[in-house]
Amino acid sequence: MKAKKILSALLAGTCFFGMSAAMTSSVSAEEVIKVGVFLPLTGDNAAGGELELRGVELANKNHPTVLGKKIQLFVQDNKSDKAEAANVVARLIEKDKVCAIVGTYGSSLAMAAGNIVKENKIPTVGTSCTNPQVTKGNDYYFRACFIDPFQGTVMANYFKKLGYKNVAIIQEVSNDYSVGLAKFFMDSFKGMGGKIVEIANYQTGDKDFTAILTNVKAKKPDAIYAPGNFTESALMISQAHQLGLKVNFYGGDTWETNDFLEVGGEDVEGAVLTTAFGREVATTKEAKVFLDTFAKEFKNEEPSALTALAYDAYMMVYYGIQKAGSTDSVAIRNAIANNKNLPLVTGKTTLNADGDPVKGAVIKTVKNGKFVYVDFVQPK
Amino acid sequence: MDFVTLFQAFGDMTFVNFCQHMVNGISLGSLYALIAIGYTMVYGILLMINFAHADIVMMACYFAFFGIRIFHIPWYLTFVGVIVATAILGVVIERSAYRPLRDAPKNSVLISAIGASFLLENLANYVFGGRPLRFPKVQVLAQNISIGDVRTQFICICIPIVLAICLAVLLHIINHTKTGMAMRAVSKDYEIARVMGVNIDNIISITFVIGSSLAAIGAIMWGVRYPGITPYLGVMPGLKCFIAAVVGGIGNIKGAVIGGFILGLGEVLIVAFFPALSGYRDAFAFIVLIIILFYKPTGLLGEKTTEKV
Repeated sequence: MKAKKILSALLAGTCFFGMSAAMTSSVSAEEVIKVGVFLPLTGDNAAGGELELRGVELANKNHPTVLGKKIQLFVQDNKSDKAEAANVVARLIEKDKVCAIVGTYGSSLAMAAGNIVKENKIPTVGTSCTNPQVTKGNDYYFRACFIDPFQGTVMANYFKKLGYKNVAIIQEVSNDYSVGLAKFFMDSFKGMGGKIVEIANYQTGDKDFTAILTNVKAKKPDAIYAPGNFTESALMISQAHQLGLKVNFYGGDTWETNDFLEVGGEDVEGAVLTTAFGREVATTKEAKVFLDTFAKEFKNEEPSALTALAYDAYMMVYYGIQKAGSTDSVAIRNAIANNKNLPLVTGKTTLNADGDPVKGAVIKTVKNGKFVYVDFVQPK
Repeated sequence: MDFVTLFQAFGDMTFVNFCQHMVNGISLGSLYALIAIGYTMVYGILLMINFAHADIVMMACYFAFFGIRIFHIPWYLTFVGVIVATAILGVVIERSAYRPLRDAPKNSVLISAIGASFLLENLANYVFGGRPLRFPKVQVLAQNISIGDVRTQFICICIPIVLAICLAVLLHIINHTKTGMAMRAVSKDYEIARVMGVNIDNIISITFVIGSSLAAIGAIMWGVRYPGITPYLGVMPGLKCFIAAVVGGIGNIKGAVIGGFILGLGEVLIVAFFPALSGYRDAFAFIVLIIILFYKPTGLLGEKTTEKV
C-alpha cells in the first residue's frame, strides 16, 4: 500500500513538472507569429493529411518570416475524426493562441471546426475541403481549393464530351464530400440530357462492395461516377473487376494519392479524376519555386495537388498577415478576404464573396501506376 | 423513398444476379463465421469477451504483409508463419493481460480486454503508420473465376471450404480429445476443474492458441479478399463477428457459424433486394442483434445458464 502511495505521488509529480515545463516554453516564444495547422495525420485520411503537411512545411521553409518575425507552425493531428477536429482546433486557439489556422483535408473535418473558428474570430484557410458548406455563412473560413459543384460539373461536362448517356453513381453516404460531388454531378448531367441509372450508397470504412456492384452491373451503365475516399474506392474498383464490371470509374481529387495506387494496384489503371494541380498547367512564378524546392526535398516524387493546395493555403495566410501588418486575427481575416490575384502555385487566385477561389480543374488518369495529365478545364 | 421504389428490385432480380448475390453473401458470411468462432471459443472457456480478437486479426494481416512484401518469403510459407506468429501473440496477450486477473471480478478482465484492443490498435498505428497498405497479392488465390455468368475470386470458394475444415477439426478436438474434455470441464466450472487436477492455465493457453490461429486464418482470407490493411481494419468486422457470435448463442461454436452466415448473407441480400437501403447495411447487424436480444437473449443455439456477464 505504501509503495502504491509513493508511486502515485511520483506520478503526480512528473505530471506537474511536465505541465510547468510546457507552460514556460510557450511563454518564452512570444517573438514569433503563431500559425496553427490541423490535418488528419492518422486514420482513414492519413495519406491525404501527410501530403498536405508536406505542402505547408515546404511553404513555411520557402517563406519563413513575415513582418520581420518568424512564423512558427503548431501542427495538430485531427485523426480523421470529426470530434477530434473540433478538439484540436479549440486547443490551437485557446492553448497555443494562434492568430490564423491552415487546414484541413476533408470537408466533414473542416465543418466540425467551422463554428469554433467563427466564434473565436480566427481566420482559417482550408486546404482541400471542397464542400460548399465549409465556407458558406462562415466569414472566417476560406479555402485554397475549388468547390464540389465545380468538380462535379467539370466531370459531367467531360462525360458529355465522351458521349456517355447512362451513368451509375456510387457515393459514400457518410462523407459530405462524396455526396456533394455526386449531387452536383447529377444536377448538371441530368441538365444536359444524361440519365442516372442507379444510385448506390456505401459507408466510410466498408470493405465489401460486391452487393452494390452486382446491382450496378445489372443496370448496364456506360460509366460509373464514384467520388469518395481512396481506400474504399480502390477496393471497390478491384471488386468491380472481379465481378466482370468492365466500365470505367471516375472520381474526385481524393483519389490522387499513392495509397489509391498502392491499394488498387493494376485494377485502378484507367481510373479518371478531377484535381487542382498539374505540372503541365503550372505557370506562375510561385509554381516554379514550388516545383524546384519540392524536387530537392522529395526526390523521384511527383508533387500531388494536395501538396500544392496546402502550400497555397499557407501562402494565403502569409499574404493575409503581410497585408494586415499585424497579428490581429480580425485584420488578417479582412486582408485574406480582400487580397486579389495572389500569385499562388495553383494559379492566380481571387476569392469570391463566400471565400472560395475561382480557378480551373485538371483531369488526370492512372497510367502505368502513375497519374497522367489529360485535360484542363477553366471555370465558366 | 416511396413503397414502389423500395420493392422495385424484386421485379428486376434475375436468376444470374441472384446467384451472384448468393456467392457474394456466402463468402462474406464464411469470413464472419471464421472470426466469430474465435470470439465464441474464448467466451465459452473464460466467460469473457476477448475484445482484442479483432485486433489480432489486424496484426495477422500486417504479419502477412511483412512476410511476403518485405522479406519475400513464398506465400504458403508466410501463411504458416503468420498462423504461428499470431498464435504466439494471442498467448502473450493472454499471459500479460488476462492471466494476472484470473481471480479478479469478470468486469476487470473485460476492461483489460478493451485495453489490450486499444493497445494493439495504437501500437500498429505507431509502428506501421496510419496509411493503408496493400495485402500482398497471391495470384493463385486472387484469380478471377466464372461459373456461367456468375463471377468471383478463387478465394471465395476456398473460404467456405477452409471454414468447414476448421470447424470439423475444432469440433473433433473439443469432443473427442483429452484436451477438449479438459476445455469443456474448464468451461463448466473452472474452480472444480482445477480441484480435479486440470491445469487450467495450460488449457486456457491452448484455447488462445486455437482462437488466435483461427483469427490468423480468417485474416489471411480477409486480406486476400479485401486487400487494404490499416490499423483499424479489425474494428468493424470485429464488431459484426462479435454480434454473429451473440446471435448464434455466445459460447456455442456451431452457433457462431450460423450467426456469421445470417449476418453475411443478410447484409448482401438486403442490398440486393432493397437497393434504396444500401447505405444502411451496417445497421442490419445491429437490428438483428436487438431482435435476438429481445426474443432469445441466449442466442439461437445458446443454452440457458444462470450466470452471464
